[in-house]
Amino acid sequence: MLELDEFRRETRHWLEQNCPAEMRLPIREEDDDCWGGMYPTFKNEAQELWLDRMSERGWTTPAWPRSIGGGGLSKEQSEILHQELVRIKARPALLSFGIWMLGPVLLKYGSEAQKARFLPDIVRGKVRWCQGYSEPGSGSDLASLQTRAEDRGDHYLVNGSKIWTSYGDKADWVFCLVRTDNAAPKHEGISFLLFDMKSPGVTTKPITLISGKSPFSQLFFDDVRVPKENLVGEINRGWEIAKYLLTHEREMIGDMGTQSVSLSELAKEHIGLRNDMLVDPILRTDISRFTIDEMAFSDTLKRAADEAKAGQEMGAVSSMFKYFGTELNMSRFELMLSVTGNYSLGWEGEEFDEGNLPRAWLRSKGNAIEGGTSEIQLNIIAKRVLGLPSE
Amino acid sequence: MSLSLNEEQMMLQDSARGFLQTKAPVSAFRELRDHPDKDGFNRQLWADMAAQGWAGITIPEQFGGVDFGYTGLGLILEEMGRTLTVSPMVSTVLMGATALNLGGSPAQKTALLPKIATGELIIPLALEETRHHNPEQTSLRATPVDKGYCLNGRKVFVLDAHVADTFIVLARTSEKNANCTGLSLFLVDSDTQGVTVERAHMLDSRNAGAVVFNDVTVSSESVVGEIDEGQELLQSVLDVAQIGLSAELLGISQQVFEMTLSYLKERKQFGVHIGSFQALQHRMAQMFCQIELCKSIVRRALNDLDAGHDNVSIVASAAKAKLCETVRRLTNEAIQLHGGIGMTDEFDLGFYIKRARVAQQTCGDYNYHLDRFARLNGY
Repeated sequence: MLELDEFRRETRHWLEQNCPAEMRLPIREEDDDCWGGMYPTFKNEAQELWLDRMSERGWTTPAWPRSIGGGGLSKEQSEILHQELVRIKARPALLSFGIWMLGPVLLKYGSEAQKARFLPDIVRGKVRWCQGYSEPGSGSDLASLQTRAEDRGDHYLVNGSKIWTSYGDKADWVFCLVRTDNAAPKHEGISFLLFDMKSPGVTTKPITLISGKSPFSQLFFDDVRVPKENLVGEINRGWEIAKYLLTHEREMIGDMGTQSVSLSELAKEHIGLRNDMLVDPILRTDISRFTIDEMAFSDTLKRAADEAKAGQEMGAVSSMFKYFGTELNMSRFELMLSVTGNYSLGWEGEEFDEGNLPRAWLRSKGNAIEGGTSEIQLNIIAKRVLGLPSE
Repeated sequence: MSLSLNEEQMMLQDSARGFLQTKAPVSAFRELRDHPDKDGFNRQLWADMAAQGWAGITIPEQFGGVDFGYTGLGLILEEMGRTLTVSPMVSTVLMGATALNLGGSPAQKTALLPKIATGELIIPLALEETRHHNPEQTSLRATPVDKGYCLNGRKVFVLDAHVADTFIVLARTSEKNANCTGLSLFLVDSDTQGVTVERAHMLDSRNAGAVVFNDVTVSSESVVGEIDEGQELLQSVLDVAQIGLSAELLGISQQVFEMTLSYLKERKQFGVHIGSFQALQHRMAQMFCQIELCKSIVRRALNDLDAGHDNVSIVASAAKAKLCETVRRLTNEAIQLHGGIGMTDEFDLGFYIKRARVAQQTCGDYNYHLDRFARLNGY
């Protein structure tokens, strides 16, 4: 207990000294986020400094081992660091699919050589990764993927296409699911490969969404040569890795549901009160119902964390969080439209904040699709948590 | 404060489950319903429950209780929801004891709390007058007389009315104005002259009834809390009651969900288990999520009570609204997914939907709490 208090004191002191003032302001624009990479674009010096200082201590990945540059912190210490960062409203020093998705995979399935080669650069934000999972013909049925990697002796030859790759056009490297055995049942012929996006034969094409510009792109692989040492885990055993990574992705997407704007405050401003009640009684009911669900959901996140700490795991909860967190987020945006009326219909122009609200509303529709649709999450709950039979 | 249970609380949960499943399983409830006696509950069982320390679970040790806290009480109520155990737990421990704990004078506490803890005293609140929970509109009058008050009026839906030893009666002592609601709480013994009880037979086969007060005089020492200032105390008592009832509804929700889940794994139609149909699987998965949300909000509300938080009313309404919404959906779906057998009296499912609807209405239903939640949040 004393040691943790001491850790908190030291952490607070260090953050006070080292977190630049600009990095404590709310995030307003896309380029306020720092994604690092081989050719990074920093918005200002403070952003670069903050990344350097945090990654120097391994605090971009607090719980990863010291040996590969991580922070080596215990669960409790990581939690304290998180609380102290929240306390001073610090921006994340680094956003990274390397940290959220590939890192946990390499820590669990990677060879020592792969860990040493790739993890330190993830910690420091030196390489930007993207995900090659979905394909035009393989959405919910991900395991039906067709991108092929043929064994050519000293390398694999990769052909195919990946879709819904976030920041595919900005990434340095890709982690990719490929088919290495056509004859095997679909789950048993998949492997997990890493390769350089600058390899000859890799091209990308941006995707425009109903909400407008998007970070997504489609990747095309045309006779791409990938060294054999870039295979993670065993050949044809990639599906297990793929599923492991998906649980991390689900938790990440489910978490996004907790936003801070109070709908009732917004409604008071846009609609007003009469006799201390919102003028629109139906919206008043809808907001109450939503707010109670939001409370119960955030209590559930806390309970899951507390129970995990106490060794009372709730079981396969990531599907529940993904399902309910995204449903909540979508409801929130629907309510925001109701609350703000025709303001929410403005698509361009300063008076409409360049259509930020309707664009975010439209974008939220994807939450229940990406990372496994809501229906897939319900399937997982039904089968793995409830143990319902398949026949 | 952590939302996980500590070791003591887990032991209490285990022992409550074990006790109730042995001594008061659903078959005991069926027996009680089929062979109603004059008390409407099993006095021996209640004495055994009291001997477990349950009747004094929230009562301080100096008044003979075990002072285990609200989370402990909630865990017991949740298990009682699963087994449909009939007892004065809600009327007397959840509500009566809470009113005295929070608002009783030292003399009242000394006289009454030890008797509650031993299970001797049944002491419900006499609250409702109309068809909907609306304590601010109370019209039963208590007018000052020599050294006391005289009560006139009628209360309905008083839990355990016909077996009560004492009532805690909500009465109007002055008109509502900007500074006070003019409500007060009085202790009235059931054998006082002018008190008449009409036993009612309810959907859930539990005790409730109407109580008529006809020129009932009580002494000034019978006032619980401050005269004319009963509203705040009442709200605190009701917050506890709503959270406790939510815990019971959580037990009911989990039980009907588990019964339905087992049934879907057993029942075969078209040559397969009906639990293999995706149309049913998704409904079950969605209900599973709702139950997890309910567990969390009930746990958090009980935690807030134990921590003595200020804003408990908001959480209490959130919990009751959420549980009312969920238990309505779950009990309805449980019958539908069971099909014909769910409609039969021989099967236990019907008991749960009946008890759920009564507990939903007790101390405010879904609509009441959704509205209260908005009001307390300033919209």
